[in-house]
Amino acid sequence: MNDVPLLQCIDVRKAFPKPDGEDLLVLSGMNLELHEGQIVGLLGRSGSGKSTLLRLIAGLADPSDGHLTYLGQPISGPARGIAMVFQSFALFPWLTVFENVALGLEAQRMPRAEIRKRSLAAIDLIGLDGFESAYPRELSGGMRQRVGFARALVVHPNILLMDEPFSALDVLTAETLRTDFLDLWAEGRMPIKGVILVTHNIEEAVLMCDRILVFGSNPGRILSEIKVTLPQPRNRLDPSFRELVERIYVEMTARPAAGAGGGRAERFPGLGIGSVLPKVSSNLLSGLMEAVAAAPFNGKADLPEIASDLQMEIDELFPVAETLQLLRFAELEGGDLKLTEDGLAFAHGDIDERKRIFSRHLLTYVPLVAHIRRVLDERASHSARKSRFIDELEDFMSEEDAEQTLRAAVRWARYAEAFAYDDENAMFSLENPT
Amino acid sequence: MKRFEPYVFLKELASRWDVLAFIVVIGLIAFLGETARGLFAPLVQLETTPLSLAPSHLPEYAARTTFRMLAALFLSLVFTLTYATWAAKSERAGRLLVPILDILQSVPILGFISITSVFFLSLAPGRVLGAEFVAIFAIFTSQAWNMAFSFYQSLRTVPTELMEAAESFRLSPWMRFWQLEVPFGMPALVWNMMLSMSGGWFFVVAAESVSVGHSAVALPGIGSYIAMAIREKNLTAIGWAIVTMLIVILLYDQLLFRPLVAWVDRFRVEQEPNERVPRSWALTMMRRSRLIQGATVAFHAAVLWTSRVVQRTDAPLIDTPDRPRRSLDLLWVSLIVVAVVLGLWHLVAGLIADTRLAEAIHVCGLAAITMLRVFVLIALASLVWVPIGIWVGMRPRAAQIVQPIAQFMAAFPANLLFPLAVYGIVTWKLNPDIYLSPLMILGTQWYILFNIIAGASTIPAEMRYAAENLGIKGWLWWRKVALPAVLPFYVTGAITASGGSWNAAQVSELVTWGDTDVRARGLGSYIADAATVGNFHQIILGVGVMSLFVVVINRLFWRPLYYYAERKYRLT
Repeated sequence: MNDVPLLQCIDVRKAFPKPDGEDLLVLSGMNLELHEGQIVGLLGRSGSGKSTLLRLIAGLADPSDGHLTYLGQPISGPARGIAMVFQSFALFPWLTVFENVALGLEAQRMPRAEIRKRSLAAIDLIGLDGFESAYPRELSGGMRQRVGFARALVVHPNILLMDEPFSALDVLTAETLRTDFLDLWAEGRMPIKGVILVTHNIEEAVLMCDRILVFGSNPGRILSEIKVTLPQPRNRLDPSFRELVERIYVEMTARPAAGAGGGRAERFPGLGIGSVLPKVSSNLLSGLMEAVAAAPFNGKADLPEIASDLQMEIDELFPVAETLQLLRFAELEGGDLKLTEDGLAFAHGDIDERKRIFSRHLLTYVPLVAHIRRVLDERASHSARKSRFIDELEDFMSEEDAEQTLRAAVRWARYAEAFAYDDENAMFSLENPT
Repeated sequence: MKRFEPYVFLKELASRWDVLAFIVVIGLIAFLGETARGLFAPLVQLETTPLSLAPSHLPEYAARTTFRMLAALFLSLVFTLTYATWAAKSERAGRLLVPILDILQSVPILGFISITSVFFLSLAPGRVLGAEFVAIFAIFTSQAWNMAFSFYQSLRTVPTELMEAAESFRLSPWMRFWQLEVPFGMPALVWNMMLSMSGGWFFVVAAESVSVGHSAVALPGIGSYIAMAIREKNLTAIGWAIVTMLIVILLYDQLLFRPLVAWVDRFRVEQEPNERVPRSWALTMMRRSRLIQGATVAFHAAVLWTSRVVQRTDAPLIDTPDRPRRSLDLLWVSLIVVAVVLGLWHLVAGLIADTRLAEAIHVCGLAAITMLRVFVLIALASLVWVPIGIWVGMRPRAAQIVQPIAQFMAAFPANLLFPLAVYGIVTWKLNPDIYLSPLMILGTQWYILFNIIAGASTIPAEMRYAAENLGIKGWLWWRKVALPAVLPFYVTGAITASGGSWNAAQVSELVTWGDTDVRARGLGSYIADAATVGNFHQIILGVGVMSLFVVVINRLFWRPLYYYAERKYRLT
């Protein structure tokens, strides 16, 4: 390992201004080093700030605090030796494959002949031979992302940044691309010296990375760092591979230590109406409860297992599991999801039974729903404007979160028949439509 | 396999496409030279060689008019690329420039002509060129605003990841503009250019006869030809003009817009292959011809060359914190306030002081009459075209035939047909307040039709099957299925039609035939009268009130309706 790290982040912090003038902290206390020959994974759920960190490194945004250095030099603006591969490919649809690849060199004002030579070499390397004159719209998703790779590699970067590069592809294509990339990396045929990979897919992180940084949210921060020492090529079915995946699941579902103020606790009840509610439908909630209640889990499921069983990614599964926990229908601990008594009763009940249980839990454990209900009960008209509650919520959270939180409350309350909401007039009421 | 060649140049001597291209190019050059020659002639020459109604002159007149339209379109493009870019790039400037654009859009075109003609004539005193400036500027005002709006919208909606890609590969702002932002905005821009063109044709008649005070200048062109035919009550000449116009519009469509539409297809960002790729023989010709291919390669190289010359200043363009610029903001706002106060003072002192309150109230009353006319006519046109449009839109074969006809009709300047209406009104002694009204929607009703057709053809087949399966028929089907599904499209069409009708009011509320004036009471005829006499105060007052009405109606009626329809009825 070299002494000067390729990349270094020291105490990096990023905050966005909120409309009320205060700052919304999205990233805090980020420390990270990238050394030559490493693939470092940033693993976390959406909203954990991993993409934000990647954009800071790419020089697309400035940190509010802290230092970022590339080869010892502070990063200000996109650096020459750092290239990026995007989740949605971000190809220019009006340029051919060749022109897309050549664009970065064109921006560097390289001699024409050199551009041509290097572009064709990159296209060749990444397996796009014969597609030079094709337009992106003529290519499949996998081929498009190959163009994305060629475009990044052609500028001969030292560091390659990858922002969930395989998540927009189907399972099979993603696997092929991963394998191809790892092969090129192992053979040292790419000009790059280090890679940072953002992903929310645990298996992908374990498959590709030498080090994994697990991110937590609110605000985004590094929860733990995991070294992956398994030899390449790695086998998903290898017990030590599975063990590592399991360990990361546990890591990601761990409850925050007491006193970790301002942390994940914000997502959990007991804090009044100020908690942000996730975008999870009642169908998903009952679906997951049914799945956990049924064989082979019988009320207690291992998260990686049920995730692969239901073909859900952690990004989709975690919010549902957490909402079950919020509503006291389940306990999340040690990488397991265990239904409570009421959770089991819900899973086995009929529609009316389910609605009764759900309504009880909703009014008890979601303070916002209880609050809205109380206001409606107290008023003679039994109705209230949406803006009244939005204003209240915005004391605690951003405009966007307030909107999402109120929507979640409405969604669950409709299922529980706790109150009614008319979207056209933006009015809450106790009456149900006749 | 063939080796890949990124830069293709002349390989064979010539293809048959080359021959075609050669003819077209030489023809174009000859045409431009011919028309440009007349520009520097002294104005007096227009009087010594008066217009002639002989059909043999029509090709030349058509060429002159076409040249004006092209020049105006080019100016609009330049305006769009600069004004809209400035508005989109600088938040501070945008806060002022966007509302200005909105107001400009609602200013009736005749207003521009009468107010600016003196200025332009003074630019090239005594030469035809000055009058040409007036005409071109007038056409420009009927084309530029919506183009600028569309490009502004595009600039604001460039996908974030594409911007980030451009940024992370260190494209200079200049390169990003030409490689990312302009291509991204291109499809919407071309569509708006087509709309603009229709607007331009409509006002060509008014634009080519420039009256300054008591002297009138008639530039050789189709517009002046028609004006003269009307003055001399020559129905045959009108017929010839209509035929010529049809041919010119057809040529424009085939040689300019079809190729453009087919060409910009590649700039769409949605990456799914389009089912029906727009095609154009002219574009095929240009693409296959080595001559033109060489020219495009050269153009492309030029763009890349400029990109190399313009240096990248190394400051991140995304995510710039704007807090320390508060003081600059303050300065900007105070500048605007000063300008507004000065403008108001000027208005109060120079105009309002000279205008009696009674006059202002009278004008507002006239505006109300015109407003009533616009709304009633939009409603009537909707009653006719909505059911027809839905019927057509649900039948792909019929839609394929009707859609281009509707678009063509929208491009055809309906005012060519006005003389026929006047003839009828005079002959049967009809009430002009009622019977002149349909003229203002003659050209704009098509926007309703082709938007409805577009809307109805997007109704998913599954939704139609579901309705059929549930046995939904008759009025219930219209009420619950068809009408809600096309509502967002209808609103878009109605907004365009309404804006066009307000503008058309200036031409359609006062129509002449020989020495008979047929006049309908309304703001349009008020402005037209004022423009004829050259009463500056009345023009400003009329134009101001009309802009005010249009802006207020847009803000209070159309815009809320649009958002409501988008939110509730847009099928995604």
